[in-house]
Amino acid sequence: MSEQTTTRSEAPAASATGAVLLAALMGIGLIVLGGHVQADALHDAAHDVRHATGFPCH
Amino acid sequence: MLARLLTSGVIAGFAAGLAAAILQIMLVQPVLLTAELYESGQAVFEGGRAPAELVGGIEPLRDGLSVVFSGLVYAGYALVLTAAMAFAADRGAARIDGRTGLVWGLAGFVTVQLAPALGLPPELPGMGAADLGARQAWWAATIVATGAGCALLGFGRSWLAWGAAVILFAAPHVAGAPQPEAFVGPAPPELASLFAARALGVGLVAWAILGALAGSLWARDRVALGHASA
Repeated sequence: MSEQTTTRSEAPAASATGAVLLAALMGIGLIVLGGHVQADALHDAAHDVRHATGFPCH
Repeated sequence: MLARLLTSGVIAGFAAGLAAAILQIMLVQPVLLTAELYESGQAVFEGGRAPAELVGGIEPLRDGLSVVFSGLVYAGYALVLTAAMAFAADRGAARIDGRTGLVWGLAGFVTVQLAPALGLPPELPGMGAADLGARQAWWAATIVATGAGCALLGFGRSWLAWGAAVILFAAPHVAGAPQPEAFVGPAPPELASLFAARALGVGLVAWAILGALAGSLWARDRVALGHASA
């Protein structure tokens, strides 16, 4: 496992951490957009999913 | 690295989101639609009696939007989960595959659905609730604390770490979630309990799929890359 990590010709550790952070931030962006933003159109469209997924709604 | 994270995350997220949406439409939506009749006053729980029937039916636009948003929300969860898996795997702290992914998925369910539900149960339309901003803040803080607790429980190597995990799990509930000033829900309590139980059940299934799929996609990519670089 760790051997594979060290022999990979891919990204060095710094850019791997950057990729992890970027992916996590994009994920959080989607969660906030789908679950929390209260703009009317977005709220109405996502309404049922918000209730069924346990987001605080309304 | 970023491309691998995004493909694993998005594929696993949309698959879990689709499964969640189908189960939601079959199991949760009839309870929600019935509760909306009480919320709007079209049905009344008068004298503590009401017909024990759920309304049903598919509404293409409304249900279609649920599929889209379920996919988006679970893709968001999947990206965070896959990023956390990659972070642990790159440090040699975790072996990621479909089986271990299932455990990650269960931890994700506990973190974002079960723990917040202890203070803010999935809301049946019309239920009394505290200020939205306060609830969203408690929801987010609970997820951060519970997620950190799961990480300490899973990767900690000492009683100090495990003890800190227990404190993090407990803290949001000791502080307490923002509660409504009064109980005002117009719908029969049978609907509320059915709604909360089914919403959590659907979440558990979706997160199990999400974790197992994200783990196995990540493992498969790693193997493919290993061959490519050899």
